[in-house]
Amino acid sequence: MSEAVIQVKELSKHFGSKTAVNKVSLTVNQGDIFGFLGPNGSGKTTTIRLLCGLLTPDHGEGHCLGYDIRTQATQIKREVGYMTQRFSFYEDLTIRENLEFVARIYAMRRLKTAVTKAIENLGLTHRQHQLAGALSGGWKQRLALAACMLHRPRLLLLDEPTAGVDPQARRDFWDEIHALASSGVTVLVSTHYMDEAERCNRLAYISHGDLMAAGTPQELIDISGLVTWTLEGPNIHELARELRQSPAAQQVVPFGNSLHVSGTDSVALARVLDPFRHNPDYRFQEAKPSLEDVFIDLTSRSVDTR
Amino acid sequence: MRRDRLTFAMMIGIPIIQLTLFGFAINSDPKHLPLAVRAAENSVFSRSVTQALINSDYFELVEVTESEAQAEELLTRGDVQFVLDIPPGFSRELMRGENPELLLEVDASDPAATSNALAAIQNLLSDPLPHDLKGPLAALRPTRPPFQIVFHRRYNPEGITQYNIVPGLMGVILTMTMIMMTALAVTRENERGTMENLLAMPVRPLEVMLGKIVPFILIGYIQVAVILLAARWVFEVPMLGSLWLLLLCVFVFIVANLTMGITFSSVARNQTQAMQMSFFVFLPSILLSGFMFPFRGMPGWAQVLGELLPLTHFLRLVRGILLKGHNLTQVWGNLWPLLVFTFLILLIGLMRYRRTLD
Repeated sequence: MSEAVIQVKELSKHFGSKTAVNKVSLTVNQGDIFGFLGPNGSGKTTTIRLLCGLLTPDHGEGHCLGYDIRTQATQIKREVGYMTQRFSFYEDLTIRENLEFVARIYAMRRLKTAVTKAIENLGLTHRQHQLAGALSGGWKQRLALAACMLHRPRLLLLDEPTAGVDPQARRDFWDEIHALASSGVTVLVSTHYMDEAERCNRLAYISHGDLMAAGTPQELIDISGLVTWTLEGPNIHELARELRQSPAAQQVVPFGNSLHVSGTDSVALARVLDPFRHNPDYRFQEAKPSLEDVFIDLTSRSVDTR
Repeated sequence: MRRDRLTFAMMIGIPIIQLTLFGFAINSDPKHLPLAVRAAENSVFSRSVTQALINSDYFELVEVTESEAQAEELLTRGDVQFVLDIPPGFSRELMRGENPELLLEVDASDPAATSNALAAIQNLLSDPLPHDLKGPLAALRPTRPPFQIVFHRRYNPEGITQYNIVPGLMGVILTMTMIMMTALAVTRENERGTMENLLAMPVRPLEVMLGKIVPFILIGYIQVAVILLAARWVFEVPMLGSLWLLLLCVFVFIVANLTMGITFSSVARNQTQAMQMSFFVFLPSILLSGFMFPFRGMPGWAQVLGELLPLTHFLRLVRGILLKGHNLTQVWGNLWPLLVFTFLILLIGLMRYRRTLD
């Protein structure tokens, strides 16, 4: 069993009467790429800020890198790299100046060499004197990641690092995250892209401030108890409308020419689909539910309980 | 409008502040100016002259002394605006009809503050001693004034307004730029989102504050240099005191304004609010500090408000050093309020600085 880098119990944070985070308990182990998922406004950012000491929790306790998140925020800040959701470096400084500024705040030794190396790794040597504001979205994110990594933190907290970034840049970004993880850095990354969720080795899903599920991707799929069928045939949109009437078909989602029908009660779902089974125009197949199906199911459940 | 209360406060507040200040506080005809009498003799006549001055409403007796040095000190420090010098043998010469002279020393560094009072004296002289010149002395009454008052305008004998305004301008310009620039500095970080990053890094609040203040001290000195050069070569303002002492006072004043700016920015939520808060300080600073209108012309409550503003004290410091040649002990009375102000504001700023995003 590897060492727990983050271990928090029943963290809560309220803003006025709104509960942003409600009794969230999390464990993240050394070397994990921990995906933190949830819809917009579900409390992902707040949780990350609680973990790195930017916010103080109203309730709950926990440790991050062995430091108490309530009292030792300063030590945590020193060893954590936190990448904000919004680009938060100075747009009117050059790439090099931004990195040197960060390096100076962490009082790094051999600052110039470290910065030069970071710029080389980024592949930005010929653009190092450009203003950071002139970079494209993808490059800004990579610059931000490089800045977070400059002081060699043991834990990276990335808050929606790839929002609004094109697919190629996202893939490059994730390759870097995997490279970092293989060097022993623990990464906690929040996202709402499902393909990114699949690249994590552990996941947690948060909705309306409640932690709905946590585990490996396979565990999440297993726990959900979801059964998914794909149907192919004519008039799937009409069929979808018909199926949505029935409560057993919790999700009816068209994907191109096929229809994904999912439900937790496999017997009831089979009964609903039975009438169409005898129609030779339709082709049925039992499929593995995707993470997306699982998360949409979790989201709708959290809404129901409220 | 409902969501932006400060803008609303500005729209209501600025007219109210303006009305109160212009309506009640500002008075370009200052009365009850402090007067010291250095009496070498104490006679019916000397008392009557003093009383006549007081009765004119323009003067208020604060000190009677026999020492020339003390009278000089009172005038230099600005504790009194006038010193009336009653020479020995005044009443004897008066009774002999020798038409003696009284010396009125005037702190004329702000010509506007004293011109009306001096004009009032001329009226007094036409019939100053109606009650005393009676019986055998009645013959002295009508024809010409029985004595003369000679004005000695100190510090600004020609009554040149620039001598008063240009040094004061230094304070006004520093107030405007220093508060605004720092007030915007931190709120800009909040607005651009760079503050979140800064907070996530291991920097202490004092470090951030110092980082924001230090560059502006240099900028402030550049402004001071420009104004001083212009004062010296363009306006030919006299510079009697020590330049080093002035630069020291400038330092304290710049830091006072910068800490005020920083504190605003830690309270304001965005740059607009920071600007608005700065305006709430500019307006009284310019109107109540004695920059535009004589400080002593204002009613008591306005003077109390004025004393709370750093600019008020700085104006006295810079005018004192340049025009009157003040030394360190003489400026101390206006230097320590600036130091106390800076300390208190810094304390508020540090307490309000958000270490977290709560």
